[in-house]
Amino acid sequence: MYRQMVRIRTFEDNANQLYLSAKMPGLTHMYSGEEAVAVGICEALKVTDKITSTHRGHGHCVAKGAEFKEMFCELLGKEEGYCRGKGGSMHIADQSNGNLGANAIVGGSMGIATGAAFTAKLLGRDDVTVCFFGDGATAQGLMYEVMNMAALWNLPIIYACENNGYSEYTKTAEIAAGSITGRAEAFGIEAHTVDGQDVLAVNSLTEQLVERCRKGEGPFFMELMTYRYHGHHVGDINREYYRSKDEEKDWRDNKDPITKFARHLTSEGIATEEELKAMQAEIKADATAAVEYALKAKYPDASEVDMHVYAA
Amino acid sequence: MREITLSQAVNEALAEEMRRDETVFIIGEDVAEAGTPFKVLSGLVEEFGTSRVVDTPISEPGFMGIAVGAAMTGSRPVVDLMFGDFLFLIMDQLCNQAAKTHYMSGGKLSVPLVLRTNLGATRRSAAQHSQSLHALVAHIPGLKVALPSSAYEAKGLMKTAIRDNNPVVIFEDKLMYQEKAGVPEEEYLIPFGVANVKREGTDITLIATSSMVQVAEKAAEILAAEGISAEVIDPRTIVPLDEAALIKSVKKTSRAIVIDEGHQSYGVTSEIASRLNEKAFYHLDAPVLRMGAMDVPIPFSPALEDLTVPTPEGVAANARRLVAGEMIAGEMINAA
Ligand SMILES: Cc1ncc(C[n+]2csc(CCOP(=O)(O)OP(=O)(O)O)c2C)c(N)n1
Ligand SMILES: [Mg+2]
Repeated sequence: MYRQMVRIRTFEDNANQLYLSAKMPGLTHMYSGEEAVAVGICEALKVTDKITSTHRGHGHCVAKGAEFKEMFCELLGKEEGYCRGKGGSMHIADQSNGNLGANAIVGGSMGIATGAAFTAKLLGRDDVTVCFFGDGATAQGLMYEVMNMAALWNLPIIYACENNGYSEYTKTAEIAAGSITGRAEAFGIEAHTVDGQDVLAVNSLTEQLVERCRKGEGPFFMELMTYRYHGHHVGDINREYYRSKDEEKDWRDNKDPITKFARHLTSEGIATEEELKAMQAEIKADATAAVEYALKAKYPDASEVDMHVYAA
Repeated sequence: MREITLSQAVNEALAEEMRRDETVFIIGEDVAEAGTPFKVLSGLVEEFGTSRVVDTPISEPGFMGIAVGAAMTGSRPVVDLMFGDFLFLIMDQLCNQAAKTHYMSGGKLSVPLVLRTNLGATRRSAAQHSQSLHALVAHIPGLKVALPSSAYEAKGLMKTAIRDNNPVVIFEDKLMYQEKAGVPEEEYLIPFGVANVKREGTDITLIATSSMVQVAEKAAEILAAEGISAEVIDPRTIVPLDEAALIKSVKKTSRAIVIDEGHQSYGVTSEIASRLNEKAFYHLDAPVLRMGAMDVPIPFSPALEDLTVPTPEGVAANARRLVAGEMIAGEMINAA
């Protein structure tokens, strides 16, 4: 889990650098700070389990098993990207690992996730689906329609609300009346709030809920309290008008999920600091190599532009 | 004349109308302190307060519905829809409710509402943030549709839209927010249904909307250097459409290309081309061509995205062939 969290952080540092050096087309939303959520959850899943992701989706993608090379190629619009360059940062999907895709429509994946759980039930598979979404997405009506049906039909799905305190430039308290978990409870869905900076807590709760989903006890709802370190997207640099530097510093210095887990690993004697450092260096080198590869990789051929509009 | 950006022009139009009429209010996501991600509304909340510049949760159908009800009962909402692509979320409130209320009530109720949103690709924003969906809205009777092509149009059309007693959808070109144009200090309005001849010409008419007006103007420059005289017309609103001005131009030039950033099939270009066919057929020397966005979801990769939208070179190439009397019918006419 430590490795996966560091991989996400390293991926994002490189993606941010690509944006700042104008090598990446368009904008992207950084997952840094929220690593324990994606990793704690995805480590409790099998490859065949499904996830749906969001505009802030790199973390989910890495955590579900994706490779750096194909991811960076996608971010740069290259042919070898997971979506042949057609999707980009906000639409990364990795079919091979059960990632049904990031989504640029807030809340847009809630139907898809619930539909994936429907398939599992219909076809008698034991797959569980995790639907990732932000606190802001709880304002979308679709969520209430699908949670109602998921509860009526006992679908094997976990709704995972990443509450990072903000939706774009607005505090969650200003856009969400009442409690977040109360929304699920209204449908009789068992809901939990968990510290999203504590990868062990996230992971053990998810393992239990996944197990129960497989037994037909779903759906479940998790609210994961977390924080994004960067702006809403990489271009959101001057953000003091909506949140203070002190607040950001407090989360980075005192609640970092990677630092917290490293402390646990070393104090329990599971790993030494040197081992963790070596792992970080190895991941950094991997990422650098993947970025270099992606920068040199080919763009898709012009003939691909009208390919894949319809399935064969 | 002073020059201001399209963002400033929209901002001024809204501020002037809000000062003039206290029933006008703005509603949408991050419209207040943040002033929208494109910073178009910066400063308005400071002047008009949070009761008239209203931040909402990410609940598009919800705030659109609230705006419809508010409009039916004496307010004049200006709804801010962050991306044109989100139209699909609010289609019921816009098309089943706002568009039909006046008619269904036998003229007794009306919905004086403005929906501000945007269109346009080539920002590397991929398939769900790059669409130009104005044709979908123009298809529904009861809705008016304005497509400003510069800061000047953006201001004049916005003011007219706010005073109109019908639901009006205004699509701004995302790429144009920071682009400047001459905008008078004095108040002016641009009436709906009046096309603007941007450039006079005699050999071919280029009818272009919104983002494509500049493309057509650049094509006309290229053609002028070769001795082909192109007329460029911007309809400014597609509902209502200034059909008379378009027909008049085509009768003069006898050829036309219609250029619009919506998908080419079943789109604005098809509608205008068929009206010319019906009403100016005997004056035409060549088939009217359509040039729209390619019929594919907008791809992320720059290498692909740039192929999907008409370019000045593509327009000029097609114009050249039409003027030379070469038939282009049957080919996929696109960015070339
Ligand atoms: C339907 C829709 N409305 C608005 C947006 C613009 N938008 C993109 S991200 C975002 C905020 C989302 O907040 P949240 O769900 O909390 O996720 P976070 O960014 O905090 O991870 C908004 C409003 C969108 N992409 N889709
Ligand atoms: Mg959030």
